[in-house]
Amino acid sequence: MAPDVTTGALGGSLQRFLRWDVLVGVLLVFVFAGGLTGSPQFGNIDNLSFALGDLGEIALIALAMTLLVVAAEVDLSVASVLGLSSALVGNLWDAGWAIETIIPLVVVVGALCGLVNGLLVTRLGLPSLAVTIGTMALYRGLAYVVLGDRAVAGFPQQFTDLAVNDVPGTFIPYPVMLFVALAAVTGVVLHATGFGRSLFAIGAQVEAAHFAGIRVKRIKLILFVVASVVAAFAGVIYTFRYGSARADNGSGLEMAVIAAVLLGGVDFDGGKGTLGGVIAGVLLIGLLRNLLMLNDVSTEIQSIVTGLLLVISVITPRLVAAVRQRRRTPTLTTQPTPEG
Amino acid sequence: MTEPPGGDAPPVLALRGVSKAFGAVQALRDVSLELFAGEAHALAGENGAGKSTLVKTLTGVYRPDTGQLLLDGEPVEFHSPADAQNAGVAVIYQEPTMFPDLSVAENIFIGRQPRAALRRIDRGAMHGRAAELFKRLGVALDPEQPARGLSIADQQLVEIAKALSRDARVLIMDEPTAALSGAEVTRLFNVVKALREQGCAVLFISHRLDEIFELCQRVTTLRDGTWIASEPVAGMTHDDLIRRMVGRDLDALYPKLDTVPGEVALKVHRLTREGVFTDVSFEVRRGEIVALAGLVGAGRSEVARAIFGVDRWDAGSVEVNGRGLPAASPTAAMSAGLALVPEDRRQQGLVMEQSIERNIGLTGLKNLRRGPVISRAAERDRARDWAIRLQLKFNRLSDAVNVLSGGNQQKVVLGKWLSTRPGVLIIDEPTRGIDVGTKAEVHRLLSELAADGLAVLMISSDLPEVLGMADRVLVMQEGRLVAEIPRDAATEESVMAAATGRAS
Ligand SMILES: Nc1ncnc2c1ncn2[C@@H]1O[C@H](COP(=O)(O)OP(=O)(O)OP(=O)(O)O)[C@@H](O)[C@H]1O
Ligand SMILES: [Mg+2]
Repeated sequence: MAPDVTTGALGGSLQRFLRWDVLVGVLLVFVFAGGLTGSPQFGNIDNLSFALGDLGEIALIALAMTLLVVAAEVDLSVASVLGLSSALVGNLWDAGWAIETIIPLVVVVGALCGLVNGLLVTRLGLPSLAVTIGTMALYRGLAYVVLGDRAVAGFPQQFTDLAVNDVPGTFIPYPVMLFVALAAVTGVVLHATGFGRSLFAIGAQVEAAHFAGIRVKRIKLILFVVASVVAAFAGVIYTFRYGSARADNGSGLEMAVIAAVLLGGVDFDGGKGTLGGVIAGVLLIGLLRNLLMLNDVSTEIQSIVTGLLLVISVITPRLVAAVRQRRRTPTLTTQPTPEG
Repeated sequence: MTEPPGGDAPPVLALRGVSKAFGAVQALRDVSLELFAGEAHALAGENGAGKSTLVKTLTGVYRPDTGQLLLDGEPVEFHSPADAQNAGVAVIYQEPTMFPDLSVAENIFIGRQPRAALRRIDRGAMHGRAAELFKRLGVALDPEQPARGLSIADQQLVEIAKALSRDARVLIMDEPTAALSGAEVTRLFNVVKALREQGCAVLFISHRLDEIFELCQRVTTLRDGTWIASEPVAGMTHDDLIRRMVGRDLDALYPKLDTVPGEVALKVHRLTREGVFTDVSFEVRRGEIVALAGLVGAGRSEVARAIFGVDRWDAGSVEVNGRGLPAASPTAAMSAGLALVPEDRRQQGLVMEQSIERNIGLTGLKNLRRGPVISRAAERDRARDWAIRLQLKFNRLSDAVNVLSGGNQQKVVLGKWLSTRPGVLIIDEPTRGIDVGTKAEVHRLLSELAADGLAVLMISSDLPEVLGMADRVLVMQEGRLVAEIPRDAATEESVMAAATGRAS
């Protein structure tokens, strides 16, 4: 029976400390402190509020992306869905529709986009990386069909205000409040519900999940729909925040989202990750973007930085694992064994 | 045969005073072992006794914390599995890992293919040499056939051929027979006996004691990581060996209690899956244990998978307690009270990187809910309950199942499904890799559950298990149900005759 031996407390807490998501949290604090000392405008409440707001869409989409990546899928088409949504908002507003009708319609279109992604992946068994590269181009193309090269502006102030203003008495913009609420929900779903347990099982060992009665296909379909719905709604926020609807809105945003998720310690192969880590990853990306912007670094460099972060966050855990494997210290207990 | 074979020659490979710990778990404690040329040496012990760990120390996967390895009497250190291979030490695992898209010959010579001019791979020479190896082993395998689709038994033979091609002097086999049927075991043993006579040293692990007595000359027993004895097999009885392993006397066989079968719980009617199995009909009543026997590949597991809904069926129907099941829905099958303990625990049974409690909880996500969220306490209680009932050997319930020994992983799979309190249990190789003591325990548990009204459909390649446990034996052959044998008439001969298609 179980000899309930507890490992040394020190070893335990040391290992917890070395968890990737905690490290990212620490890094976040350092970057923040560095920003405060390095740049006079950085600590300014207005700037922080702006930085948070500027992060809103990435943050929102990252929540849904986390669920997908934990289940070993990915959606590269989110930024195109955002663009399509923005183009639709512009086109319909131009055509005289009321914003109150446009928003639900755009969300439904988002759901359809997600349905297409999800059905291609679950019914045809195609890899989501390939499927969503395709639909990334497709949805962006549709955005141009809808709005062409035009930019539509002049949205009602009550809506643009909602997208940029802070919740009264705080420096937190409304979209960020929405993020906080959704993050809380996502955290509970991922870490405390049966649905979340199912996602981790699917990502780690899909066959075992299937054998345990988990509806793998249905769950994946739901995740793709959720991701696109969130992206479509983020498109509405984006449009109002900039006060301008364009077909190329948010292009390249998917990279920042995925970088944030991987930086947050979610394993691209699925089955591992925490929402806390992702939030730290999102904030880190946001701070870095803001710092680069304050220092007038060009968007090309910003994109390079995002790319580097992405590569680093994919490579580092693997390097660490490889080094550990090499050393094969006796305290290493999670090593998979060839036979068991 | 009481003298170590080999006379004065030092052991080919030996361990001296080896210890190995994983965190708080002492897997090996001051263990010594000597393997001589020309002898087959058994390693016996309960689940978690440290057998696989010992194998991994011998083959360079782990390095001992203390103690040494001796090769031909000289101290050596293996820093990697490659070192051990180069020293002539080969391992065959229960489930070999092959490159499915490469041919059999390519798998044998991977990385060392014979070269022709311009460093091109010389396929002719490679196939010729592979054919030679198979001839030496006395097996009929085609070197040009792709490895995909080989049975586990054939894959093991390919691994042995690979070992031979590297001039292995020590052949280590960790539970090679757990996934084999009777005829395949016989074939494997013939090969191993021939190798032994050619001067190979063999280390053999199995939980089937008969096999140890058939194949081996000496046996070393481990208990909780400690060396208990190394002694000749001749003159020992099963009970002697069990006593060494467990430390006390034990009834290895637990025959099923007689029960009066109740209503029909599972009714399978003319079930067909094209090209896999055809027109399979049978019933299992409450309180009954029905065995599905047959050769490996007869389609037994496939029938089980279709009933449970992980595969779809093309024709026929399945009823649980009189209600029809929809095709291809494990979820519906589970709500109807069906459970399936699948044959492949690493892929189908467990999420290897997740904890014991998560794995056991995975089948009960609905029951563990308190409001919308999972109650960790309930999850833990459920896991602890079953860990205790199944005598699971573990450190913490939050440990990943991939650090458990093979037999203990199997217990987690059992707990995962028994904890759903099913009305119909389909169990594919229930005691694969489980030690004698626990096997009796599992049999007792199944028997008790049947007495409480559980209907059990058991697939097993272990004939004594089938004969001891089953009220009825259904025999499948090439995808068809060919015989139904009542308990009284079920003998090793009658079941094998039906399974191989010889008229009984
Ligand atoms: N990598 C590891 N990390 C932590 N503990 C381990 C690891 N490998 C083995 N153990 C532990 O060491 C002990 C011995 O395991 P081992 O696999 O050697 O047993 P075994 O005798 O092969 O059992 P079985 O008959 O079930 O295969 C077990 O308690 C197991 O949980
Ligand atoms: Mg083992």
